[in-house]
Amino acid sequence: MADKVLMKGNEAIAEAAIIAGCRHYFGYPITPQTEVAAYMAKKMPKIGGCFLQAESEIAAINMVYGVSSAGKRVMTSSSSPGISLKGEGLSYLAGSDLPALVVNVQRGGPGLGGIQPSQSDYFQATRGGGHGDYHMIVLAPASVQEMAELTVKGFDLADKYRMTSMILADGTMGQMMEPVSLDFDIKPEPEKPWATTGTKLEREHNIVNSLSLVPEELETLNMKRYERYKEVEKNETMYEEYMVDDADIIIAAFGIAARVSKNAVNEARKQGIKAGLIRPITLWPFPKAPFEKAVEHAKAFISVELSMGQMIEDVKLATSCKVPVTLCNRVGGMIPDPEQVLKSIIEVNNGGVE
Amino acid sequence: MVVFDKPHALIDVPLHYCPGCTHGIIHRLVAEVIDELGIEGKTIGIAPVGCSVMAYNYFNCDMIEAAHGRAPAVATGVKRADPENHIVFTYQGDGDLASIGMAETVHAAARNENITVIFINNAIYGMTGGQMAPTSLPGQVTQTSPYGRDTKHCGFPIKVCEMLSELEGPEYLERVTVNSVKNIRTAKKAIKKAFQNQIDGKGFSLIEVISSCPTNWGMTPQAALKWIDDKMIPYYPLGVYKDRSAEKEAE
Repeated sequence: MADKVLMKGNEAIAEAAIIAGCRHYFGYPITPQTEVAAYMAKKMPKIGGCFLQAESEIAAINMVYGVSSAGKRVMTSSSSPGISLKGEGLSYLAGSDLPALVVNVQRGGPGLGGIQPSQSDYFQATRGGGHGDYHMIVLAPASVQEMAELTVKGFDLADKYRMTSMILADGTMGQMMEPVSLDFDIKPEPEKPWATTGTKLEREHNIVNSLSLVPEELETLNMKRYERYKEVEKNETMYEEYMVDDADIIIAAFGIAARVSKNAVNEARKQGIKAGLIRPITLWPFPKAPFEKAVEHAKAFISVELSMGQMIEDVKLATSCKVPVTLCNRVGGMIPDPEQVLKSIIEVNNGGVE
Repeated sequence: MVVFDKPHALIDVPLHYCPGCTHGIIHRLVAEVIDELGIEGKTIGIAPVGCSVMAYNYFNCDMIEAAHGRAPAVATGVKRADPENHIVFTYQGDGDLASIGMAETVHAAARNENITVIFINNAIYGMTGGQMAPTSLPGQVTQTSPYGRDTKHCGFPIKVCEMLSELEGPEYLERVTVNSVKNIRTAKKAIKKAFQNQIDGKGFSLIEVISSCPTNWGMTPQAALKWIDDKMIPYYPLGVYKDRSAEKEAE
């Protein structure tokens, strides 16, 4: 087994990106993800890479657009308010079918909000974030190890499907320290014959573009993109199940909320309540299958979130509202503790909360 | 025998520009320079949002269409992806470069980003139908300044070359126009220098081209060219605003 090193989540993302072959990083300072930029600023010059502090989040995402157009692995990271600014770029990346990795270490909102952990950008991330019909692959790590693993995976998926992969983390994931193994199986990067690297007078010119003024053509482009999205849904959905098989009460939670919930599930089991946990790892595509299966035996679901209830909508859709789905949440930078989740499990088990 | 032909770097398709618009001339100058410097195979152009949004269909080199105003940031990415092998230019209008994309423009210049910027200043938003631009002249009538640009209400035009010349960063800034054969020759020289600077690794070069928009100025093409002499050039004087290499040599 490979040696483990103690790292912050944000640093694990940065190191994993370098291991995955990313040599271009652009960002703008914002708490609580600044360690990613600081790590890149130290490392990139020493390995022939490029770290550049952009003048804004908008510029940073467009620098990403430029490097991606030129066919190279590239990333940016930010936190909630900064991701809103990147929204324009995310839409253009999707419209031009460009791969990229974007990290959102979420903080409480709306507006300037706070700087403490949050999961309230779930809608923004899973519904695209910018204008137009599109999706990003949204990956939700629940440990520092996964911060690293999903970063490597994110680059692979981005290249494979010519999409943006977003790591949707939160302040705790970014700041917490855990032992990490950085021993990854790095796949070769696919050829990118569409990239604008100069024709060398050997081929027709390549165009990277999201403009399409003929409605019939734009419709076809959108339809084709969604066929690709269907492939992603079919092939790339990831989730973890914990004590789901015989469970009456099933918690849906991702990231830090899932870790807290696991403790509550264990405690509930001790008290004789058959509780379980489904932890989506891909938030888009949302893992519908485990919910469709579990709703056949579960009495109720509880969505545990650091938001006013966003993923709960996907849980209701995936379970077709066949049984009650309730929300257990904290917001504004607060995190539910296992006692709160356990209380929620007991109430739901007693039929006390609808 | 000299035969008049299209530059190789310009694709032989009809341009969509209005009759009398000077975009065609400027496209040609850029393409001639790319040919003469033998850089078409390594050049990547960035088109803006605005009248020249479809420039990607006209230049034979690899092309990227950027979001409105973001071309210098996109160009930064493309250049930094392979600084040794990429020649990168942006082609931007006044709304794109001096309004929505001002931050990207100023910071690319401040970083002395080794790119070439072709800046078309025709004092109006053409594509959207003739609204007031950041470079519209005081008193100029546009769709969104129907009583003439009132500087008390919406301020003054931005003189991009003058403003950028105050920065340490940029290598070369020149304002030219293309309303006469003589001026076209000067413009071509400036554009060539802007590309040569990039080849030589000297850094950020911006050529502001005072251009005409007969359609939205509501003039004949000829009257529009005269309006450049009568109104635009007095406000936007032609000339070199910064040439760091020349300044160094002079010292």
